[in-house]
This record gives sequence, C-alpha cells and structure tokens, in this order.
Amino acid sequence: MAIVVKRPKLKWYEQLYLPALAKGLRVTMGHFFNLLSGKTKVTMQYPEEKWDANLPEYYRGAPALVTDEQQRERCVACQLCEFICPPRAITIKPEEIPSEDRWAKVEKRPKTFDINMIRCIYCGLCEEVCPEQAIYLRKDYAITGTSREEMIHDKQKLYEIGGVREGLVNKWNKLK
Amino acid sequence: MSDEKPDLVDVQIDGEWHQFPKGTRMIEACREAGVEVPHYCYHPKLSSPGNCRMCLVEMGMPPRPRPGDDAPEPDQDGHLPISWMPRPVIACANTVAPNMGIKTTGELTETCREGVMELLLANHPLDCPICDQAGECTLQEFSVEHGKGESNFREQKVKKPKNVDVGPRVRLDDERCIMCSRCIRFTDEIADDPVLGFTDRGSHTTLAVYPGKELANNYSLNTVDICPVGALTSNDFRFQMRVWFMKEVNTIDVNCATGANITVHQREGQIYRITPRQNNDVNSDWMPDSHRLNFHWIHGDDRLTDPLVKNGDSHRITTWQEALATTADKLAGIDGSEIAVIASARMTNEELLMVNRLVKHLDAGHMDTIPRDGESDDYLISADHNPNTNGVKLVLGLDNPGSQLEAIKKGINEGRIKALLCLQENLVEDGGFDAETLGKLDFFLTSYPLANPTADAADVVLPGACWAEKTGTMVNVTGRLQRLNQVVDSPGQTLEPWEIVRDLIQATGGGNGIYSALDIFKQLTEEVSEFADLTWGKVGDLGVPLIETSETIPLIEREKERIAQGIIVG
Repeated sequence: MAIVVKRPKLKWYEQLYLPALAKGLRVTMGHFFNLLSGKTKVTMQYPEEKWDANLPEYYRGAPALVTDEQQRERCVACQLCEFICPPRAITIKPEEIPSEDRWAKVEKRPKTFDINMIRCIYCGLCEEVCPEQAIYLRKDYAITGTSREEMIHDKQKLYEIGGVREGLVNKWNKLK
Repeated sequence: MSDEKPDLVDVQIDGEWHQFPKGTRMIEACREAGVEVPHYCYHPKLSSPGNCRMCLVEMGMPPRPRPGDDAPEPDQDGHLPISWMPRPVIACANTVAPNMGIKTTGELTETCREGVMELLLANHPLDCPICDQAGECTLQEFSVEHGKGESNFREQKVKKPKNVDVGPRVRLDDERCIMCSRCIRFTDEIADDPVLGFTDRGSHTTLAVYPGKELANNYSLNTVDICPVGALTSNDFRFQMRVWFMKEVNTIDVNCATGANITVHQREGQIYRITPRQNNDVNSDWMPDSHRLNFHWIHGDDRLTDPLVKNGDSHRITTWQEALATTADKLAGIDGSEIAVIASARMTNEELLMVNRLVKHLDAGHMDTIPRDGESDDYLISADHNPNTNGVKLVLGLDNPGSQLEAIKKGINEGRIKALLCLQENLVEDGGFDAETLGKLDFFLTSYPLANPTADAADVVLPGACWAEKTGTMVNVTGRLQRLNQVVDSPGQTLEPWEIVRDLIQATGGGNGIYSALDIFKQLTEEVSEFADLTWGKVGDLGVPLIETSETIPLIEREKERIAQGIIVG
C-alpha cells in the first residue's frame, strides 16, 4: 500500500511566498553581519589550520606498528593482517630472532613489513585481527608522496608513525 | 546376512547399520561410514598405543542374558538390541565385533572430548601467532570443534624447553607437545633410528632426544608431518610462510625412480615446501628429506631464462625464433648419420615421444640417455636416481640406456659425429663428457633448466622447464604410470621440453599439430601398446600399474608385512 502524503493546505498569505523569502533572507543577512563583525568563522585555512585536536578517539588514519614500554617490537609476523587486508596492502617477510637478541624467546619478528598506502583503505581490520596488539590505526591522515615508492611505508616508517604504546597486554613479559 | 559373508560383521554407527570385515578398528569403521572420530596418537601406518584418549566413543553390545533368562530377540533385520556400556572406549585400538553399536555423538562422547581437550590444553602455550603449525593444527581444529572454550585450570602452565635443536633439520618445542608419541613410534618402527623418547612424569613429561644422539636420519622430516601440533617443525620451512597462504598441487617426486607422491605448496610462483602424499603402492605416507628439500635451486640465480646463441667466446641472449633458425641452418648441412641425440631419463613420457619423433625426423644415427645409478637406501630411495628410466625403455625403445654413450664420445672424437643435441641433460657433470670432446663438434645444442659447464660449450643454449614447471607422465621403478603436474609458471622465456622439441621439429621442416602435453599423451596411447586405453583421467592422482618389473620398494614391502601381522592398519 502506498502511503498517501497529506499535503498541508496553504493559507493565502503563505501562497504568496513573500513571508518565507523574508525569513530566509533574515538568516542569510544575520550570518553576513556576524561574519563582517568577526563573530563567526566559516573557512578553515588548511593546511595552516587543522582540525586534528578535534579528531574523535576512534578516528581511523594511517596504520602503524607500535613498540611496548621496553622498546620491544610487538609484531611477531603472524601475517594475519596480511591475510585479512581487503586491498592486499600489507606484505610481510618474517624472520627468526637471533639467539643473542634480548627478545630471542619471542622467536619470530618481521624482517620487512610494508604497507602500500596507495592501496590502504583505512578499514582497520588489521588492528582488529592482530593477536599481539602490534598494529594500530593512528590519526595521521595526510599521507602524501611524489612517487609510488614513497607511498609504501616500510617497517622503519611504520614504527616512526606508531611510536610507543603503553598499558597493553604484555604476553611475553610474564613468567618467561 | 552374516552367514553369506562370514568375514563381515554388522556394526551400528550413530544409528545406521554398516558391514565391516572382522578386525577393522572402530575408528576406521567410523571413517568408512563417513563419521570423523577426532584423534591425535592414532596413525594408520604406526602402532596404536591409545594414549591421547581423544577418540573415546560410546560403545554397546547385545545384552548377555543371565542364566535362565531368555536370549534377546533379533528384530526383522536380524539385529539384536544394543545395551550401551556406561563408560567410553577408545576407537583407535579396539576392533569391531558382531552387532556392536558405536555412538560418536551424544552426551557421554561430547563430555569426554571436552574433558580430554581441556587436559591437552592445560599446559599448551598460546603460541599460535608464531607457530608454523597454526592453520593445519589438529589441536586448533578440535578445540574449536570439540573443546569447551574455557578452562578450569588457574595454575601456571608447566615450563619446558623451547626452540630445541633435535637434529639438523628438525626443531622441537616441548611446551607445544601433547605427548601423542607419533614421532617416537615413527623413528622406531619406520626409520629404524629410535632416538626420541619421553623423560619425566605426569605433566612434566618431555619429549627428548637420547643424550649424545640427534634426529638426523634421512626420514626425520616425516616426524614434522605427522606431529599433530607444532612441537616438531622443519628448520627449512621455519617462519617462511603461513600455511593458509599456500596453494597445493599434487605431483610426484623426480629425484629417484620410486616417484614418491608429493604435494607441493606454493604461493605466488614461489615454492615453499614439499610434503609426501599418501600412496600405499609407492611411498606410503613418507618421503626422504634429501628429496623433500631438493627444490631451492628452482628459484636460484643460475636458472636459464632466455635462449642463448654462441657469439665468439661468449653467449648472447636471443629470441626463440633466432635460436631455432640458427639450429635449423646448422643442421641443414649435416647428414642424419652424423647427428647424435642425447635425451634424459628425467624427461616425461610425452617429452620422450617428441624426442623419438625428432630422432626419426632428423634420421639421427645415434640416440641415448644418461644413466644415474646410485645406491638404494633400503627404504624409499631407489638405486636408479633417474625418475623415468622405464619410460625411456618403453617410449624411446632403448633396452639398455647409457650403453651408447661411449660410442657417441668416440664418434665425436673421430669426427664421425658432427652435431649433438643434448636435451635436458648435463653432459659434462653427469654424462662424463669433457669440454674438449664437445669442442670438436660442428654444432652442439643443449637445453637445461640451469646454467652449467655443458652450456658453456654449446652453440645454442635453450632454457628448458624443470620438473615443477611441466606436465606429463612418468613410469616408476615398479612400472607404475604416474602424473607429474605443473606447480608454478616457468621463469622468463623458458619453455617446457616438449615444446622445445616440437619447435625443433618444426624449425627443421617437420609437422606439428601438438598444442599441449595432453595431446602427446593421447598420441602415446595410440602409438605405444603399453599405454593403450589409458586416458589422463584414468591415470589419476595415484597412478596406474603399467608394466611388470621385478623391482619392489623395500619400505612398502615391510609395511605390507606389518599389515598382514595386524600391527598396523595400513
């Protein structure tokens, strides 16, 4: 059954439209005078001005790798993010941690970890799937470059963006 | 019903009646009935200690009447009623009995499985992100399928040695071990090298190598395959690739005449590992480490990727058109009786048929292949290290491959042979030819996957695909015809050997009409009587017996004995 929309019956002065026009013009003029007096500001002068401080907690920007309080890289190269990544932006080559390393008991780490930021769609599935709390979507959104190579974030760049993240589950510190 | 077939017994599985031969294990009966019973320690090729307790099922037998009571009445199908036992039994080590009932579902079985899973996981570490077994781990699979999802254990997990080198090719993680003892039984019963064992007791039980020994025998990597968890992992495959990324292709091993059935795991054109594939007539469930690890050269730097022609002292890269035209030019001035063709017993039957055509087309006076005789290891490695010597005998018609090589060498040295076509062989390193002899030739062509000293002496060098890059059939030492399947694409301009030979025939004015290895297989069935009535599909994944040879595979013979004795299921 189609819904019958009941149309209001307009009074004679409403059918003239002039009062409505006047109302609209009042709002427009109000803004105009506020702007002239500097009371409201409409245009943000990006990139000199940015909205960064107001980004919400859940904002999904560039994915990045994080280290824990002891500067240990959290990523163990399980390659689940590579698997889940819908645009296949992530490429990981794992390696064994040499026995003389302080964190040798973790056994595995990424040798290379590349995220192709041309491919990345900022979906956040990598963060969601990570069993080690090693990859997070940070608030960096202005990812630019002048070549394709520049747009591929390698391991070093990813740790630069990610930095240290504290207060996470420290699976490898306990007991062992 | 059971009177007609005395060796069959009626068994009820999950309410349905089936018939099985006497002596069938309950777990095998369930498998045949299409019901999977989860298990860890049971392996059909090994003895059954029944120690993991994962295969517990509910079992029942007809009630035995007390003295004076009436015997139970069979129903209209002749089946007696079943009275269920109050306690479960293990399905792996018990055999079926007449009128037995098995329940693999229901409260008793399910609580048993939940309990066993909880105990197995009590000390199992949460290593899955770094564990190579993740993705093909039965502990993961069964804990999802049959586990409770939570544990009553609040204690600290037992610490055991991790990352232990137990041998040159195998790494052990004792915390992950669930004490199924499959590896211990394998090294003892199959590899005859009992170096593994358990030490300590209770939850501290630890898998260890006998002091002063190591798991170094040539079959050690099979323990990695049968390990249901990630306790034993391969050093070669360690951390190379997660298993869920890899595509699997069924093919056969070409390192010796046994032709072990294998599965090759590849991702994006890169081979990461090879595992044995079950074929009870060829390699059972096993394969030697030396053959399993012999694939890294496929992605090596010394692969030939383009056709080369000699330019003074060095070679230059060229196109197939030019390489073939050069060959045709040179061969045009040489009489057939002055041409020798050396093919390879590593070629498939299809390629050998094309070689046969080439020899007939050129009217070549000499033809042979290079034998690779070595030692049998009395397990799976055959004394013949060529995979298709029987194919050479059948398709090329050479009764005694290798017998003409000396005559060919002599012919070259005496100037009677002016042109030599070497197809997929390494003349200098494997055939005993020296550069001086080869230098006397007017024209020398070679095709091979790798750059080698033979190629240095050649006028034309053609890149031929290796075993993982081609399709065809081979005849193994016992006369079994098996399929070789393409796993990865060949690099650069490399062509499959049958394509090379076809193009050679075409370039020298011969016929064509062949577009795939399957076309040649069809012609093989028409031209070689042994192949008559076969189709690509009939050969199948497991191959078919083609000819009778007196050869046997020692490990398979021993396994048959053990099956006959009832030690293993097989």
